[in-house]
Amino acid sequence: MSHWIVVPVLLPAILAAVLTLAMRYHIGLQRIFSVAGSVVLLAVALGLLIHAGTGAVEVYELGNWPAPFGIVLVLDRLSAVMVALTAALALVVLLYAIGSGWDARGRNFHPLWQFQLMGISGAFLTGDAFNLFVFFEVLLIASYGLMIHAGGGRRLKAGVQYVIYNLLGSTLFLFALGTLYAVTGTLNMADLAERAAEIPADDSALLRVGAMLLFLVFAIKAALLPLHFWLPNTYAEAPAPVAALFAIMTKVGAYAILRFYTLIFGPDLDATAALIDKILLYGALLTLAVGMIGILGARRLGRLAAFAAIGSMGTLLIAIAGFTEASTAAAVYYAIHSTLAGALLFLVVDLVRERRGATAGALVPGPRLAQHGIITALWFGAAIATAGMPPLSGFIGKLLVLDATRDMGAVWLIWAMILGTSLVAILGMAQAGSVVFWKTTESTEAAEAPPPQPALPLVACFTLLGGIVALAVFAGPVMRYLEATAAQLHAPAAYIAAVLGQG
Amino acid sequence: MELLMASAIGVMTAAGLYLVLRLRTFPVILGLALLTYAVNYFLFATGRLVVNAPPVLRDGVETYTDPLPQALVLTAIVISFGMTAVVVMMALGAYLTARDDDVTLPPEDSTEREGGA
Repeated sequence: MSHWIVVPVLLPAILAAVLTLAMRYHIGLQRIFSVAGSVVLLAVALGLLIHAGTGAVEVYELGNWPAPFGIVLVLDRLSAVMVALTAALALVVLLYAIGSGWDARGRNFHPLWQFQLMGISGAFLTGDAFNLFVFFEVLLIASYGLMIHAGGGRRLKAGVQYVIYNLLGSTLFLFALGTLYAVTGTLNMADLAERAAEIPADDSALLRVGAMLLFLVFAIKAALLPLHFWLPNTYAEAPAPVAALFAIMTKVGAYAILRFYTLIFGPDLDATAALIDKILLYGALLTLAVGMIGILGARRLGRLAAFAAIGSMGTLLIAIAGFTEASTAAAVYYAIHSTLAGALLFLVVDLVRERRGATAGALVPGPRLAQHGIITALWFGAAIATAGMPPLSGFIGKLLVLDATRDMGAVWLIWAMILGTSLVAILGMAQAGSVVFWKTTESTEAAEAPPPQPALPLVACFTLLGGIVALAVFAGPVMRYLEATAAQLHAPAAYIAAVLGQG
Repeated sequence: MELLMASAIGVMTAAGLYLVLRLRTFPVILGLALLTYAVNYFLFATGRLVVNAPPVLRDGVETYTDPLPQALVLTAIVISFGMTAVVVMMALGAYLTARDDDVTLPPEDSTEREGGA
C-alpha cells in the first residue's frame, strides 16, 4: 500500500497550519513556501497520474482500519486526473496571485489557498460518502474565506449569499446521507454500491429519495439550472485568482455526479436506473442556453466570465448525462478544457480590470490599456477557447461531446443547442472584446508613460493558454487515457473488489 | 416516540426553511441554525430509535443502539457550529460595511469597481 495517495490531502493541510502559525506576517516567506508546496503537490499528483495509468485501483486505509469500517482513500484514473488538474491549475493561478499582488491585499491568503487545495484533493480521492461531505465542508469553508479576501461591501454581501446557499446545500447533503445510511447501513461508497444492488426494486422508495437528494446537492455544486443562482454573483465578485481556482469547484460537483451515478446508482441498478439522466440532460441543456445567453447579455466582464463558467458546465453535464463510455470520456476531456479556459478567462478579465482604472469591468469604451496588444491576444485566445472554436481544445471537446451524444434520443435537440449556443457565445465574446479593445477612448493622461507592469501574471496566463494548446495538440494520448478512465468507471466491479478487499 | 421525533424534525425544517427565505440576515441565520438542528436529529434517527441500549458490543446484552449515527452527528454538529460562526462573522462584516442587513445585492452601479481591491 503506497502512502503517496494521502500526500495531496496531508501536504496542503500541514503547510496551511505552518503558514498560519510560523509565518503569519511574512508575505515573502508565505509565497515561497506556498509555491514550493504547490510544486511538490503537482509532482506527487503527476506521479499518481502515471501510477493510476496502469489501471490499478489503489486503496489507502486511513488508520489501517479495513473498509467498510474505516475511511478509505481510493485512487483510480478519474481521481488521479482530477487531482493532477487541481494541482496544475493551483500552481499557475497561485503564480498569478503573487505576481498581481492579490495575495497581499488581505490577510491569510496562502493558508486559505492551501486548505482549499486540501478540500478539493480530498473530495476527489475519498472513497467514503460521509468523508466526501467533510471534504466538501473543508473546501467550502476555505472558499468562504478566499471569496471575501481583500474585503469590500459588495464582495462581503455576495459572500454572505454564497455561504447561505452552500449551508443549505450542506444540510441537504446530510439529509441525503442520513437517508442512504438508514436504508443501507453503510456510507462506504463501494459497500453502498453492493448494498444498493441488493435492495429489491419495488422496495426502494427511500433509496431513490436518497439518490435524488444527493443529486440535488451535487447539482448545486455543479451549478445545474435551476440551482445555479449562487454562481454569477460569487464568481463576479470574488477576487480574480480565487474565481479562477473556483473553476475547479464546479467540477467537484460534476465529478461527484459521475462517481456516484456510475459506481453506486449505476445504469444497471433497477431501482435508480433512469432516475436522473433525463433531468440531468434537460437541466444541462438549459444551463448551457442560460450560460451562453448570459455571455451575450452581460454588461460587465466579471459577470460575462461567470456566465461562461455556467455555460461550460452545461456542455459538461450534457456529456455526463449520456452515461456511456464514450460520453464519459468526452465529459472528462471537456472538464479539463473548461477548467483551464474558465480560469484563463477570469485572469484575463482581471488583467483588463486592473488596467482600465475607473471604467474597470463595465462593457463601455474605456482608455487604451497598458500592454494593449498582449492582453488583446490573451482575450482572443480565451474567447476562442470558451466559445469552442478551432484550433484550441474547446473545439475538440465539443466535437467529442457531439460525437458521443449521437446515439442519444434527443440528439437533434442536443446538437442544435450546443451549436446554436456556440454561435451566441462567439457573438457575446466578440461584442465584449470589440468594445473593450477596439473602441478605446482617447486617454486624457496620454502623456504619462504607463507604470511598469509585472511579468508574472502574463506568464501565468500564457501558461494556461499553453495548457489549452497542449490539450489540443496531444488530444490523442489524452483521449486514450480518458477512454481507459471511462472504461474503468463503467466497470465498477474492480473498484468495489479493490476497496472491500476481495481482489 | 417515532411520531414525536418525526414531527419535531418536520416542524423545525419547515420553520427553518421559512426563516431562510426571509430578506434580512438575522432571520436567515436563525433559520440555518434550525435546519442544522433538524438534520442532526434526522441523522440521529437513522440508526433507529432505541432507548436504554448500549452502543458497544458487550456480553449478555441483546439489544444495541447503532453507534455510527452518533459519531456522524458529532461531526455534523462541529461542522455546522463552525459554519454558523463563519456566517455570523461575514454577515456582521457585510452589515458594518454596507450599513444594512439586507441579503440581496444592491443593483450594480456602473461607476463602482467590480472585483477591484
